[in-house]
Amino acid sequence: MIARRLAFAGPLVALLIACTFFALQSPRFLTGANLSLVLSQVMVVGVLAIGQTLVILTGGIDLACGMIMALGSIVMSLLAVKHGWHPAMAIAGGMGVTTIAGMINGLLVTRIKLPPFIVTLGTMNIAFAITQLVSRAQTFTDLPPLLTWLGQSVWVGNTPIAYGAVAMLLLYALAFVVLRETAAGRHVYAVGSNLEAARLAGISTNRVLLSAYMLSGLCAGIAALLSIARTSVGDPQSGQTENLDTVTAVVLGGTSLFGGRGIVLGSLVGAMIVGVFRNGLTLMGVSSVYQILVTGVLVILAVATDQWSRKA
Amino acid sequence: MRTLALPRLSPPRLVALALPLLLACSAKGDDKPVIGLITKTESNPFFVKMKEGAEQAAAAQGATLIAAAGRSDGDNAGQVTAIENLMAAGARAILISASDSKAIVPAIKKARDAGILVIALDSPTDPVDATDALFATDNYKAGQLIGQYAKARLGATPARIATLDLIPGHPTGAQRHNGFLSGFGLPSYEKTRNELAQPPEVVCMSDAMGDQAKGQTAMENCLQAHPDINVVYTVNEPSAAGAFTALKNAGKEKGVLIVSVDGSCRGVQNVVDGALTATAQQYPLRMAELGVEAAMAFIKTAKKASGYVDTGVQLIAKDSVAGVPSLSADKALGLCWGDK
Repeated sequence: MIARRLAFAGPLVALLIACTFFALQSPRFLTGANLSLVLSQVMVVGVLAIGQTLVILTGGIDLACGMIMALGSIVMSLLAVKHGWHPAMAIAGGMGVTTIAGMINGLLVTRIKLPPFIVTLGTMNIAFAITQLVSRAQTFTDLPPLLTWLGQSVWVGNTPIAYGAVAMLLLYALAFVVLRETAAGRHVYAVGSNLEAARLAGISTNRVLLSAYMLSGLCAGIAALLSIARTSVGDPQSGQTENLDTVTAVVLGGTSLFGGRGIVLGSLVGAMIVGVFRNGLTLMGVSSVYQILVTGVLVILAVATDQWSRKA
Repeated sequence: MRTLALPRLSPPRLVALALPLLLACSAKGDDKPVIGLITKTESNPFFVKMKEGAEQAAAAQGATLIAAAGRSDGDNAGQVTAIENLMAAGARAILISASDSKAIVPAIKKARDAGILVIALDSPTDPVDATDALFATDNYKAGQLIGQYAKARLGATPARIATLDLIPGHPTGAQRHNGFLSGFGLPSYEKTRNELAQPPEVVCMSDAMGDQAKGQTAMENCLQAHPDINVVYTVNEPSAAGAFTALKNAGKEKGVLIVSVDGSCRGVQNVVDGALTATAQQYPLRMAELGVEAAMAFIKTAKKASGYVDTGVQLIAKDSVAGVPSLSADKALGLCWGDK
């Protein structure tokens, strides 16, 4: 347990140092309003990263989550705007579609034994194409208020905090407790550490894997709603950078790409690191290309650290 | 295995922690007014040039320019983030080339509600009045110019046209495409329509996303289906260069007219060399300068720019034809943008 806390400490220290640095550079950085802004900027990737963490913990990867999110947001917008469904039903419909998409990933991985990288590479393209086809590449505006409600803010003093950011934090708390305190959570780690040993220990490994991909699909559905709420539109071009951004967040958060090791709160910290760099560099007036550069370097260092700690 | 987690606070991680310090030297600590510029990407030469122009104009006027961009063309969420961060940075005016004309509107509204002047550069929003003003090339007119020229050059020969377009649903791509057809004298859609017209003379349509490699592939595939293509419209010069390579590989580069839009130095040079028949030149530096001027006027006098300002477009061709005024490619080299 102590070791796992230390694993979490590395990314957290990195985040704090980055925050300190930007606070020294710009007086505008360390304000409540700005920090809550960063939180709302990372909420979409943050929620996607919960599902990605689950999948990576099992030793897999979900390259499709961003595109499945885009599909979900288009389904929600389409049902609500074009087909006149009640917004709540439209949301449920969108989340249903993304969960089914996750289930298809899971079934291809468990039943046909295809490598997760290949499966999700394929479904990523399929989800993108379906999104473009059903939306006719058009953006949906004038959405019903319920779809954008999560973009509204609750005021804490004079700092606005988006409902969506609160929802993300609650989801992280839930995922943290489930992974740490329940048998199902321990099974995820067991499957990722050693699939064969987990099977011999009586764990239904296929069920664990299938659940991880389905939950990733469900997270994509929630992220779809957050994405709509944040930008106030259903956008068929969304999700293109989020696929790999979630992997970045998970890896920066200290979860091993080889499965079995990691802590879900780390992924939130990883997403925050990326968000803080983007925000801080913009406040400083530094080109956002540097943000991409820094992120790339950090990812390599994080994976190098993981590799190095295994050999030690 | 988890007992090995301690080394995570390891040398590589420590290097990562030191990295921000390397960027410290670029810190700015003055109280000049801040103007924000948001482009579609930071890698497209057109926007690189626009950013340079804006930086120079801002420096000359005593303002700080903060540039931000999406990660790729079409990355609306990235541009929303950029707007929010520029608001947090205290920008008084924001100049933006929207990647998604509709999806960016709510974020722009937030900025304008906060009292920030927002001017669209190069690409209009949908609706156009979502920004205070628009400084841009008239893309429909740019298309019409190259359409008229292609028609004049082709004469009475029946047209067999291929179009290499941008991305689905993009107003800039639609306006150039439909403008081209209108200039060519073919049935087309009006300026405001966001779809691509396809009269029977257009035998092949492909989205090449403004990319040279995709332009080449698209042209190769068009030639497979229709070896008798004699006019190629391309949405920009990189895709035109790709189309030329495909035609050259097929041995057809002599008999086919390729027309495009942009007026970059490389594109104009291609006109000089004959790899491109004609292009419509636009002026990103002028957009940037006018944008910064308008921003400074707003900061100093609270006077907001409004409406559409046409930043100009000129037809560039090696050989002029009667009835279609054009600028010679040699002269255009003096007006072009990007690396020569």
